[in-house]
Amino acid sequence: MANLRDLRRRIKSVKNTAQITKAMQLVAASKMKRAQDQAVSGRPYAEALNKVLNKLKTRAEDLEHPLLEQREGERELLLVVNTDKGLCGGLNTNLLRKTLSEAGPETRFVTVGTKLRTTLARLKKDLQADFQIKDPVQFSDAKAVARFVTDQYLEGQVDRVRVAFTNFVSTLTQVPVVETLLPISPLALGKPKDFDMAATRPAPVDAADKFVTGGDYSYLYEPDPASVLVALLPQYINYTFYQMVLEARASEHSSRMVAMKNATDNAKQLIKDLTLEYNKARQAAITSELLEIATAQMAIS
Amino acid sequence: MSLKLSIVTPETVAFADQVDSVVLPGFDGELGVLESHVPLVTNLQPGELVFRKSGKEVHLAVGEGFVEITQHEVNVLADLAIEEEGIQEDMVEKALQSAQKALEDKGADHTPEEVAALQASIAKSLAQLKVKRRRRSV
Repeated sequence: MANLRDLRRRIKSVKNTAQITKAMQLVAASKMKRAQDQAVSGRPYAEALNKVLNKLKTRAEDLEHPLLEQREGERELLLVVNTDKGLCGGLNTNLLRKTLSEAGPETRFVTVGTKLRTTLARLKKDLQADFQIKDPVQFSDAKAVARFVTDQYLEGQVDRVRVAFTNFVSTLTQVPVVETLLPISPLALGKPKDFDMAATRPAPVDAADKFVTGGDYSYLYEPDPASVLVALLPQYINYTFYQMVLEARASEHSSRMVAMKNATDNAKQLIKDLTLEYNKARQAAITSELLEIATAQMAIS
Repeated sequence: MSLKLSIVTPETVAFADQVDSVVLPGFDGELGVLESHVPLVTNLQPGELVFRKSGKEVHLAVGEGFVEITQHEVNVLADLAIEEEGIQEDMVEKALQSAQKALEDKGADHTPEEVAALQASIAKSLAQLKVKRRRRSV
């Protein structure tokens, strides 16, 4: 009899867990959608920025600027964009593995997200700073981080800044990657990023048309092309980093969604098995009771 | 044919419509744009953008960015764009003060990330206040 009660209790608790994981799955799904939409709504900005950068690049050739200069040194800053919360499958583990394989002994770390901050601190890595970026991602938050690393770079504290984040390929696939943020490669300037999830989708028509102004005007640049370009570089960095954070967020939510879906499925299977066992035990109890009654009756008559 | 103004931020397209004229904070001072302006690209200072549409003036706070002007179009790219009505002065004021206070208060034992976040918040608040204040003094 005690066995029956135990089973009932377990079934109830597994059912509760399934409810929670199901809810988390739905929340993650909607958050993932939002992160994707956010990346898409930033598209007109990216296009306009790239267009002007491309034009400026040809007008301001041989431009020398600290942000464009390739330095020799080995001191590197690695910006690790991970998650604040767990329960998202192997996302942070995979990112950590990639990060550690890319990092040298001299590498300094800056983290966004608490999960890998604690891990990196435990591994006794040189942790410089830790930022929090809320959900949904605000551009101003990303800007603060980008400005911080840009300052470090310009002060000569580091010779290179790279960003480790999880690239969103599809709902089921997220790949950890390490991309160079600073110095800016003049070749990549003004080109769409290969990690940009928005670029791989068909553009909404009005957004794509908005900045394709017909004909190549001979623009006046105020004060001159080089200064305009120099002023644009920090914004290019800010935007690039913002895009990376969006990728990381979309990956986090889709990974959590898949993990929670698996958890829900497992819980359902468990409930099924437990219910079967419960019914077996119940029937066994009834049978043995019947047998007892029958035996008692036979003994009397 | 009139002038088409679009204001784009990394988060969204903040505004896109036909307007009569635009005044924006350019590289060296305010820049008024009417139709058939000479094609121009310049940097944008954080400050106030005003556009006129059928006799009505609309004021916006914009962050840093740049502007691309062609004969019939004005494309503003800024990292922030908030309409004046959306700015709540006392809230912004409070945010500004608390950020400045926090920055001065502890001084040396601020972590670098805190300083960066506070500076960003101060810059944002200042741009918004500038718009609100200026409007009133006129």
